[in-house]
Amino acid sequence: METKVAKKKLGLKDRYKLLTRDLGWEPSYHTKDEVFPYVKYEGIKIHDWEKWEDPFRLTMDAYWKYQAEKERKFYAIIDAHTQNNGHLNLTDARYLSALKLFLQAISPGEYAAGKGFARVGREFGGVGTQVACQMQALDEIRHAQTQIHAMSNYNRYYNGFHSFADQRDRMWYTSVPRSFFDDAMSAGPFEFMIAIGFSFEYVLTNLLFVPFMSGAAYNGDMATVTFGFSAQSDEARHMTLGLECIKFMLEQDPANTPIVQAWIDKWFWRGFRVLGLVSAMMDYMLPKRVMSWREAWNIYGVENGGALFTDLARYGIRIPKHWDDAEKAVDHMSHQFMLALYQWNFGTCFHTWIPPEPDMEWLSSKYPNTFDKYYRPRWEHLKKLAKEGKPFKNFGLAKLCQTCQLPIIFTEPDDPTMSCHREVDYKGNKYHFCSDGCQHIFENEPEKYVQAWLPMPALFQEPLKGDLGAWMNWTSLIDGKDNGDYVGSQDERNFQQWRGLATTNT
Amino acid sequence: MPVAALKEYIGVPRDSVDKFLGQQLVYVSRDHHLLFASAFLTCVPPQMKFREFVEGPLKTLIQPDPDAEKVDWTKVQWLKSNQPWQPQFNLSLKENGIEHKDQIRFQTPGLNTLSAA
Amino acid sequence: MSTVFIALQANEETRPIIEAIQLDNPQAVVERQPAMVKINAPGRLIVRKATIEEQIGRAYDLQELQINLITLSGNVDEDDEALTLHWNA
Repeated sequence: METKVAKKKLGLKDRYKLLTRDLGWEPSYHTKDEVFPYVKYEGIKIHDWEKWEDPFRLTMDAYWKYQAEKERKFYAIIDAHTQNNGHLNLTDARYLSALKLFLQAISPGEYAAGKGFARVGREFGGVGTQVACQMQALDEIRHAQTQIHAMSNYNRYYNGFHSFADQRDRMWYTSVPRSFFDDAMSAGPFEFMIAIGFSFEYVLTNLLFVPFMSGAAYNGDMATVTFGFSAQSDEARHMTLGLECIKFMLEQDPANTPIVQAWIDKWFWRGFRVLGLVSAMMDYMLPKRVMSWREAWNIYGVENGGALFTDLARYGIRIPKHWDDAEKAVDHMSHQFMLALYQWNFGTCFHTWIPPEPDMEWLSSKYPNTFDKYYRPRWEHLKKLAKEGKPFKNFGLAKLCQTCQLPIIFTEPDDPTMSCHREVDYKGNKYHFCSDGCQHIFENEPEKYVQAWLPMPALFQEPLKGDLGAWMNWTSLIDGKDNGDYVGSQDERNFQQWRGLATTNT
Repeated sequence: MPVAALKEYIGVPRDSVDKFLGQQLVYVSRDHHLLFASAFLTCVPPQMKFREFVEGPLKTLIQPDPDAEKVDWTKVQWLKSNQPWQPQFNLSLKENGIEHKDQIRFQTPGLNTLSAA
Repeated sequence: MSTVFIALQANEETRPIIEAIQLDNPQAVVERQPAMVKINAPGRLIVRKATIEEQIGRAYDLQELQINLITLSGNVDEDDEALTLHWNA
């Protein structure tokens, strides 16, 4: 019998070399330009694709192994959640509004990111970049699937979860993330990387997943914590890919710097606006809160973003152009969003409410310079109207921003009592914006943004012609069940009744 | 700047006035009255008299604000495209030069029940 | 100096890993939040395979960290022995 000689296991660096770079080849019957037709037209100059390397050195074999492990952990918890009526462990069913928004507005974005990365994984020239982008494409599809699967358990019991896929294309608030991803996907591969890989993943997703998912844990929602952290474990890799890609572009040619800077300016502001919805979820929709939006911004925006841009300064990159406007907005935006969602709640597929007094006190302590001065008086007036039996519904609908597609609910950076009005005439038409940031994005590429499908103007065109009932049918919004105030809703009644059944014998 | 593209890139606007079945969009808002989260979007015929626009959609929409009843419409200061402007109440929107997607603002100094000073 | 950080899910697998990180990075500050642990360090943080193996008493592949990783900040470099996070300047 022969003695087995133990084969020496390959080191990480060797394995990475064999399973990425060595999978590539030099084309011989087509030119490189024909095989990769989209890598030049954006103006980015790449001299040596080999210089790009995944710092985690993750290879496909290891990828499948660890992703499978993540899935097993995820489904173990989802099964337990379903079997044990996990939905009744929530602190309060108000919390579900945050989940409904997540499912309608964010999960379809994961799927869109999957499509985008599948495409750039094909379009980029280097093997290392191709493999990393293909892994990310698979990750993003997994995120969409696990999120939908986890939240399908809530769909058995609660309203508002049922038609997220249609709503992604039809709802006025979901057109915001949709346009964000459409904008990125209709750009070239390098801009896509800056948009999603860098600005969204690196600068902004921490704000979405980390405090919000920790908040889910705090509110007894193990299903969401699990999909959130399971997704976020991939995000660490995505953020690293985004940062490496940006460093790669900057190191390849100094002429790339101004192009990259312009994309950073654009996509930071686009991302900041998209994530605005999360501020309302964190400050208003979590019954128990881990931290305020302001506190999260200080950690993940100011501190972490600051560290990142200090690091990139050696390439001549500066902090994104509208960073100061963002900083000024942070103490206002969650209130502006929640007040807006409240007055248009007849047109939302989730519930809103007037914050109960303890919540108002919390908001006042977290936003000492803004809440009592600017926002409490509005909530108090809304409370008065509701008490008189005339709860405020704003049937005026809203002026939408041509770029970010949000209702223009924002104020001047230096005057919180004055709405921000910005308009531009272009080729005989008028266009409106929520901010200098969005106006500049439009002015840089007007031909792109004049095509925006804005849901509120569309309501007055064929075929809806201003008919709100027809609009509700078209968006699959069930009036009186999915929308309106949480207080008195079927969700509230059911949650209290079932929780009563779960904790007593009567 | 042109959109970076491999061939000529021309966008077609999705909400030009011809799509609104003879009507047009007019945005209207009252400065410093932020109970209303955004400027109101109205869709109205260009032949509508400015007076009808005020008496109809505008007065109805601002009604939930505690300052709604106190407006003296003869003293209101108007702006169009963020510039001071004086509408003629007996003329139509079109005759007043109000185009599709114009933004009209009005100011009522001294009335600010819900606004921080 | 800019802060680097790594955040891990709070569970039985990560408890000894967090201890190992604390041993290798005496300057690190551990923040415990609901369901997660965030470890901050000024400028640089290192996660060593050997220290984790001593803590858990078995062989450990650093890429296993992917399973429980929530987020991180800083430039990453990983080889067989260590994962390093750092900011320049």
